[in-house]
Amino acid sequence: MGLTSRHLESNGIPTVVIGSARDITEQCGVARFLFTDFPLGNPCGKPNDVTMQAAILEIALALLEQAAFPRTTVQAPFAWSADSDTGWRESYMKIES
Amino acid sequence: MSQFTPTHRIAVSYIDKSREFYLNKGFGNPYRWASHTDAPFAKLTKLLSECRIAVVTTAAPDEAGGTDRKVWSAASDPIPKKLFTYHLSWHKTATHTDDVGSYLPLAELNAAAESGRIGTVSPRFFGVPTTFSQRQTNTEDAPTILKMCQEDQVDAVVLVPL
Repeated sequence: MGLTSRHLESNGIPTVVIGSARDITEQCGVARFLFTDFPLGNPCGKPNDVTMQAAILEIALALLEQAAFPRTTVQAPFAWSADSDTGWRESYMKIES
Repeated sequence: MSQFTPTHRIAVSYIDKSREFYLNKGFGNPYRWASHTDAPFAKLTKLLSECRIAVVTTAAPDEAGGTDRKVWSAASDPIPKKLFTYHLSWHKTATHTDDVGSYLPLAELNAAAESGRIGTVSPRFFGVPTTFSQRQTNTEDAPTILKMCQEDQVDAVVLVPL
């Protein structure tokens, strides 16, 4: 998706990427990136949480308007759980010993 | 206030995780991720309240689309109740994709249009497949997305990879 964003930008269309894989998107290099620190699958907000989804889209729109430089990353101010540590970070592609 | 006090970088490194995962399975030729030092940058040329905004997703329209992995488009209205995502590498033990609003922000874009925050939502949204071939993305898929955005006179794009 980062490559598609770059192609659109190269042809004059501003973009913002909303995603949860910070390393992949930042290493690719995009103009504007809204990072949602959630398990992969729900970058626009938790399922059925319309209030959060509206807030995340608004940050993305503000990024479109206000980012002054490429590679601008903003992190959405939400945690997947209250203490951010329910094991989901470790469980993705976990190597079973 | 979070009580989470990690001893390591919080954000998951999917590049490292996937490399180690597949090395452990015997695949010794790790995927080479796209990497650039700089990034192209286009600025809005009109007020956001006058802009037509499109969405691009990595989801597929249906199960066959998950296999075909081609660029696709569909009407933004009505918003689809469900898209096919099972072929993608989202975190299936931690969450689900039953609510399209969690990865396809059309409802929130419609609300933004109704409130005047943006001009309009593009009549179509677009799907781009995830593929191991960066050549395919750069020379075929991304140019097709660009062409469709130009056909719909899109001013800015929100891209959402799952």
